[in-house]
Amino acid sequence: MLGLNRKDLTLFLVVLGLVVFAPFLLNPFPDASGLARFNAGYPDLMQRFVIFGIFAIGFNILFGLTGYLSFGHAAFLGIGSYAGVWMMKLLTVNIVPAIIASTVIAGLASLVIGFICLRRSGIYFSILTLAFAQMSFALAYSVLTPITAGESGLQLSLSDPRILDGAAGNSIPAVNFFGITMRDGFDWAMGGWVFTFNFGYYFCATLMLVAFYLSIRIFRSPFGMMLRAVKSNQQRMNYTGLNPKPYTLAAFVISGMYAGLAGGLMVAVDPLAGADRMFWTASGEVVLMTILGGAGTLIGPVLGAGMIKYFENIFSRLNERDLNAMFDFLPDGLQGAAVAVAQMFVGDGWLLTLGLMFMLVVIFLPGGLVEGGQRIARLFRRKRPARRGPDSDRRSPQPSPHPGE
Amino acid sequence: MDAIILQVLNGLDKGSAYALIALGLTLIFGTLGVVNFAHGVLFALGAFCAVTLQAFFSASFSTVDESRTDFLGNPLKVEVPYVEAWFGETVGGVLIDWSVPLAILLAIPVMAVVGIVMERGLIKHFYKRPHADQILVTFGLAIVLQQIIKYFFGANPIPVPAPDAFRGSFDFGVMLGFDPFTIIYPYWRLVYFGFAAVIIGGIFAFLRFTTFGMVVRAGMADRETVGLLGINIDRRFTIMFGLAAVVAGLAGVMYAPIVAPNYDMGMNFLVLSFVVVVVGGMGSLPGAVLAGFLLGIIESFASMGAVIALIPGINQVIIYLVAIIVLLVRPRGLMGRKGVMED
Repeated sequence: MLGLNRKDLTLFLVVLGLVVFAPFLLNPFPDASGLARFNAGYPDLMQRFVIFGIFAIGFNILFGLTGYLSFGHAAFLGIGSYAGVWMMKLLTVNIVPAIIASTVIAGLASLVIGFICLRRSGIYFSILTLAFAQMSFALAYSVLTPITAGESGLQLSLSDPRILDGAAGNSIPAVNFFGITMRDGFDWAMGGWVFTFNFGYYFCATLMLVAFYLSIRIFRSPFGMMLRAVKSNQQRMNYTGLNPKPYTLAAFVISGMYAGLAGGLMVAVDPLAGADRMFWTASGEVVLMTILGGAGTLIGPVLGAGMIKYFENIFSRLNERDLNAMFDFLPDGLQGAAVAVAQMFVGDGWLLTLGLMFMLVVIFLPGGLVEGGQRIARLFRRKRPARRGPDSDRRSPQPSPHPGE
Repeated sequence: MDAIILQVLNGLDKGSAYALIALGLTLIFGTLGVVNFAHGVLFALGAFCAVTLQAFFSASFSTVDESRTDFLGNPLKVEVPYVEAWFGETVGGVLIDWSVPLAILLAIPVMAVVGIVMERGLIKHFYKRPHADQILVTFGLAIVLQQIIKYFFGANPIPVPAPDAFRGSFDFGVMLGFDPFTIIYPYWRLVYFGFAAVIIGGIFAFLRFTTFGMVVRAGMADRETVGLLGINIDRRFTIMFGLAAVVAGLAGVMYAPIVAPNYDMGMNFLVLSFVVVVVGGMGSLPGAVLAGFLLGIIESFASMGAVIALIPGINQVIIYLVAIIVLLVRPRGLMGRKGVMED
């Protein structure tokens, strides 16, 4: 069905189920209970899950398949955001043109940047993409302020022309999809739980499913095989008479468009675009999402994006009082010490946790959560010979070591 | 003419910092084949060595000065730094005043230990892993170290003054025979340039004229053969990593009076230093130094009012533009060796 084999179809249906029932699944604790703060079933966070899911899926098409590590993908996210807000300012607050424009313009930007960066590979490529992202960041704060509004961020205003909407009244109309605003939705109280169903979330989720489906098709297509060939051995590919460059560039542009789409959705749910979205930490975050989930696997990036955003939300909201309550069972002296240590990692210290997670994953679990799951699964069925998933890159020849070694 | 000299001079201090960081990056890359994304943070750590030492020397206790009174007639409370109480006012005052240069003495052992621990504890395990993994793990380390600095020193820049003798500026133009007040140059920047030149010269001399340096150079060219000759090349490379960390740290210590150290200063310098390394040619030490100064000076020319008026914003992007052009025209970099990282 849908041109997928049975295994992929199952995977897709599982993801579909997870996404559709997310408002239930992410709200496992009743509202009144003390654990309610670990709930994630509110629209803002769920939207971030799927939007960053799209971003990571796109990044994975480049990094997971071709092995080209881009450190500047946040630039396309930012470009997409700016393009989206401008469409809303110039044309209409309907999000459709905004999202199309973000995807297309980010695609064009990635075509230009990719064309230059892909002249080199390996570390050079990483550094070049990083340089381009930092350059966009610097430009957005300086010369391009008429376009990007600099530090205050680009947002909708009353004086916008909005050609298709006509002159607006005294207020800025809400961002909508053919009349349905992104904030529309309803709450459903059941027992001690309140489940929130939000249009913005389901809109983004639909696009994420489309993006996910496309990524499965790309992974299984001859084009996907070419990209894997780029990763495993470019030289051999050259000898077979194939030019790896166009394939890699295509992958770069596709992943840039995914990033643009994510950026467009970000401004669709919250019409404000800031340059900090393009900062190198944002680029690092999407790399981490992909690695944490499992680069080169289908489901990995989605898992990684969800996990990072969930922990970011939980960790950065915890404060000293929460920690004191959490370590209440310890004797007083120990409690103080535990709280002091834990405080380094929560609130503003979330980045420290992120960095540590980054290191631990790269050191101990280079295959990410998916590999971790496979390892655990293997423990339970020892007798059968270890079977590796078709996505595992271990089957392919590893890249040759640095000539200096 | 005087304007050109002024811009060259202005470019020298930033160029020195770029050159020093890029030199360390190249040393690590050339010896160990590892791209160290945490190198910028080592620069920041050095700067915070200066901050720490100054805070340490300035630590004071309050005491009551009987000889003086405040406006109500009560005895005046004064803050007396411990060092002044212990060593007398003159010696203590000098210590506080000269805390930035003295921080070099603190930074050398600290950075050497940090570097060696980093190499033995973490990077050692990544030699056989793909470059992407090396980049990622050092990137994670950079975030962690940066956040630790932020935890201890806060998010705001901490100004660290240079010694009194080097504060202020002097009229460099008069010395060269130009009109007065055309080329005004701060003393400390000249000190920084001189310092960088000494360090760079020292590293090159060390690699060139000592047996240790000779072995390291041989190891950079062909690690395996050197190992086969019965030389423990790994230990020497570890020491080189420590040395690179010290160079980055010293660059940071002396840079503290120029720009107030901030916890994220390292990352800003790192991105530019990578660009410098790429422009200079991966694995080429002279290339790194040359490109460092070159880009520093180009950046300072691009910051001239006349140039900005011509092409707005050029000062923000000039380095990246130069890097892109160099990579497109001469992918190996200015002085890159053939066969190094040419995949």
